[in-house]
Amino acid sequence: MYIGKVIGTVVSTIKISHLDGRKLLLVDQLDLEGNETGTYDIAVDVVQAGPGDTVLVIDEGNGARQILKLDPGAIRAVIVGIVDQVALGR
Amino acid sequence: MKFARVHGTVVATQKYEGLEGVKFLVVQPLDEDLRPVGRPQIAADATAQAGPGELVLVVGSREAAQAMPVVFVPVDLAITGIIDEVEVERGPRRTQPTAVWHVPPAEDED
Repeated sequence: MYIGKVIGTVVSTIKISHLDGRKLLLVDQLDLEGNETGTYDIAVDVVQAGPGDTVLVIDEGNGARQILKLDPGAIRAVIVGIVDQVALGR
Repeated sequence: MKFARVHGTVVATQKYEGLEGVKFLVVQPLDEDLRPVGRPQIAADATAQAGPGELVLVVGSREAAQAMPVVFVPVDLAITGIIDEVEVERGPRRTQPTAVWHVPPAEDED
């Protein structure tokens, strides 16, 4: 799992059935200081996130299939939380 | 799950069982600004409707095979959607942090 920032929306009409009715968002992975890294994912959103939100992303197929209740399911990246606070210790 | 651009088609007559009727396309993986990144790859088209020039959504690894009609097939990259529109946020919503981020100041090493 990683912390990312929603930086956009993706629209697709012709898609496989696993993606029917699902919202796709463009997420950029953040580093420990909260800066964008340029590593991205197109993720399915299940927590009503929107552009600008700091989010928690799972990028693993089995977890994604469980959350979305799909078997088989060709989805890896899912936004599973909206992050309020990150605190780092040293 | 990433962006890719379809560049061409691949024809294979002899294929592993379960891949009959599956269309293979040459795709160029893209970064978030839709610029090419890395070398072209061959993807199985799970939508069966993608064609050269189109911007598509691809999924890799084991999930790629799960997109196919026969799930247990040797496929590690699949096209799961044809993308109509990408809207990228470039305003203050993107630059302003929405989460409180506590980073302790760097300590001088003695």
